[in-house]
Amino acid sequence: MDISRRKLLGWTALAPVAAAAEAVAGLTGKTAGMGGPATASDLARQRIQRMHFPNVPLYTHEGKRVMFYDDLVKGKIVTMNFFFARCDEICPMVMANLSRVQQRLAADLNKRLFMYSLTLKPEEDTVDAIRQFREMHHARPGWTFLTGKPQDLEKVRRGIGFSYPNPVVDKDKTQHIGNVRYGNEPLMLWAACPGMAHADFIAESVSWMIHPEQNRIQPS
Amino acid sequence: MYFNVFGEKVSRARYREMLNAAKNRRELIAAGLTSRRTLFKMGLLTAGGMLVTQGGLSARAQTNPPSSGSTNSPGTNQLCLPSNQTASPATRAFIEPLVVMPLARNVSHLSPAPTENPNTGAGEVRAAPFQAPQIDPVRFPVVPGTLYQFNQRQFTTRQSPDLPQQTIWGYDDGTGTRSPGPTYRAFYGSPQLTRNINSLPAVTQVNNTGFGLPSVTTHLHNGHTPSESDGNPCDFYGPGHFCDQYYPNVLAGFNSDHAPQGDINESLSTLWYHDHRVDFTSQNTYKGLIGFYCLFNQFDTGDEGSGFHLPSFPQYDIPLAFNDKVYDPESGDLVFDLFNLDGILGDKFLVNGKIQPFFEVQPRRYRFRLLDTGPSRFYEFFLTDLNNLNNANPYWLIGTDGNLLPNPVQITSVRIGPAERVEVIIDFRPFAGKTIYLENRLNQLNGQGPVDNFGPGGTSQECSANLGMTVPQILPAGLGNLLLQFRVSSRAVADNSVDPATNPTFYQLPSTNVDPRIVRTFKFDRLNGQWSINGQFMDCNQFRFAVQQNSVEQWLLMNLSGDWTHPIHIHLEEHQILSRNRAAPTLPADKGRKDVTQLHPNERVQLFFRFRDWLGKYPIHCHNVVHEDHAMMALWHVVAQGDDVRVP
Repeated sequence: MDISRRKLLGWTALAPVAAAAEAVAGLTGKTAGMGGPATASDLARQRIQRMHFPNVPLYTHEGKRVMFYDDLVKGKIVTMNFFFARCDEICPMVMANLSRVQQRLAADLNKRLFMYSLTLKPEEDTVDAIRQFREMHHARPGWTFLTGKPQDLEKVRRGIGFSYPNPVVDKDKTQHIGNVRYGNEPLMLWAACPGMAHADFIAESVSWMIHPEQNRIQPS
Repeated sequence: MYFNVFGEKVSRARYREMLNAAKNRRELIAAGLTSRRTLFKMGLLTAGGMLVTQGGLSARAQTNPPSSGSTNSPGTNQLCLPSNQTASPATRAFIEPLVVMPLARNVSHLSPAPTENPNTGAGEVRAAPFQAPQIDPVRFPVVPGTLYQFNQRQFTTRQSPDLPQQTIWGYDDGTGTRSPGPTYRAFYGSPQLTRNINSLPAVTQVNNTGFGLPSVTTHLHNGHTPSESDGNPCDFYGPGHFCDQYYPNVLAGFNSDHAPQGDINESLSTLWYHDHRVDFTSQNTYKGLIGFYCLFNQFDTGDEGSGFHLPSFPQYDIPLAFNDKVYDPESGDLVFDLFNLDGILGDKFLVNGKIQPFFEVQPRRYRFRLLDTGPSRFYEFFLTDLNNLNNANPYWLIGTDGNLLPNPVQITSVRIGPAERVEVIIDFRPFAGKTIYLENRLNQLNGQGPVDNFGPGGTSQECSANLGMTVPQILPAGLGNLLLQFRVSSRAVADNSVDPATNPTFYQLPSTNVDPRIVRTFKFDRLNGQWSINGQFMDCNQFRFAVQQNSVEQWLLMNLSGDWTHPIHIHLEEHQILSRNRAAPTLPADKGRKDVTQLHPNERVQLFFRFRDWLGKYPIHCHNVVHEDHAMMALWHVVAQGDDVRVP
């Protein structure tokens, strides 16, 4: 069956992952033990990292091995959402929306803004599968699709709050959470909006992470 | 099958242990303040004298952040499992006095002087010219007689002597920064203006404490406020900018059905102000941007020697802001769960910015204005005498949300959700020389809302069956959250305030026997984890419907989101609840005028509105601020000619 073939191919490529280091990397710059005591801000940033960004290995749509915190989140402005390639419920709408969002944010994408879409079904969404799925959405450089070991993606999913309080609902992937997280990691700014919201407003919300102090007026 | 917050299977025994830990935590709170003898009487001490083991201090001991080196991440709540967050460090209860916020200090002038049109050249960010002076420039001068200058600032404060100084945000009226901010004392007939200046530090890697966005818009909650001064979530500004907000302090109807003075039966009393920045309201209010606004008139005078003879403000009329928070177990710093979609519960209970304070009162009547500032917890307030737990201690409900009920109602408890207020009168005479407590006995396990007892599908039955132990909605007396300790003096004092038992009359409820121009339906739901209203999401660029100025509407709020309770707030005008699930409201707190209505699981609530006097944009939203920030909000506007959108 097609899925098995993909899975086989995918996981052959991923085999070395199993032994990957699990260490949580320290933050760059001034932290405890690096020229003075950690400030409250340092501690807060480390806490957010510890609570929400497991530094697990993932694989990009190009098959490149990356560490979730070190390589994808640390020091960056990001968006994050979950999908699976065969999802025919809300994923098509959310992904089409993100495709519009990337166009509106093209000036910053892949420079200071990075978009991530992570699979909920790594067992069938191999590197090949997510690459093809990504191409379907005309993703520009800077919008990275990710797969990996199921247990690693599960840690990420729970870490960044894509889980339900009810374990039964949580296991039902057709009800998976359709939000888009957006944030600025070094500034510790994090929020989320629905992936099914209007693309213009998603793009505007993400832009607050680039210009956190901008003013806004909505005419009456 | 049982799961811990890491999604790992745990045994039933372990699960029960986690629940017991929660119970133990409550016992420990009690243990900190009662004698061994009392504890025995309460049945809390075991024969061995051991109250709890160290590991059982908190349900959250199970969910501490993993030590460094581990890559485990916590998930969100599990059904029936108390809370999902970090366990705060231990703090002692009732060793610090209650802080009563000082009255806001006004200023003689503002420089530059306020202008009718937004003074963008000076850095003002306001959506439109002031409406009030356009209606009547004599009654509402552009520069009214009462002016305030409020700076939002970062400052440090101690919320418990057992925790370090916290770096949070508050309001500075020129006398120093505090949270909750200073209390406004406002009067009908005296328009006022506040210059709200964002003086928060620019966000940098060094000065952020882990949550909050220094971008603000200050909403006067429950104000009959022209839209440009309402503090709309989509009009926000960064450090160095300001907004002049015009508060006409005028009764609804003044420019429509009750011109020129307005309808006295629309009088407001307890309003509050808070940040309303779209997507960041939960973080910014949690960080301290809240305060009270008390509005008086010729009847509700603030002087027990006149008018309704309610206890004198501010000596015997005390605003109390309740919220629950979490502190890092290692550093003791205030923390906020940034990645939560459901609702956030704290394990420390603050009143007016202090964890579990005490308040020395005299044996007489007091008026208290109880406000739940969230983020997500509901409270049911009881008066508890720990030496007499079987006694129900009655007190008087005199107001709900922003206004007085027609008559006082004697109660033994009252429930409020985020952003709701109740006004109560407590007579301390029967407790002279004693110590009693204001206790929250409502059981809430997670952001879904209180444990509900709505039959077989309700969490109470579900969790009780699941766990093989009773999970009540209302906890036994003494086992809830003791919020505030009252130390009642034994020395008799004068009390010229009205005795609620004499059944004084305050205002009448405005008639709802009017045909609405339109009935609109709002379905509150969760679509793939996304909080929605009628299947749509917050968008600052879209007005979903147009209300006709000076018209009557009925709004039908429907809760399709299963187990969730949503406190729904509508700006500009108060409403009256016509029905809950087609039956007339029965709870006293449901019978008054409201600006927030609790929408319980699978409920259908019918509301009556008159939209009067002002034009412009306002929101409807869930006031569980975590839901609000995740798009459970819609913008609408008041225009000369309304539309016919029945399902906006």
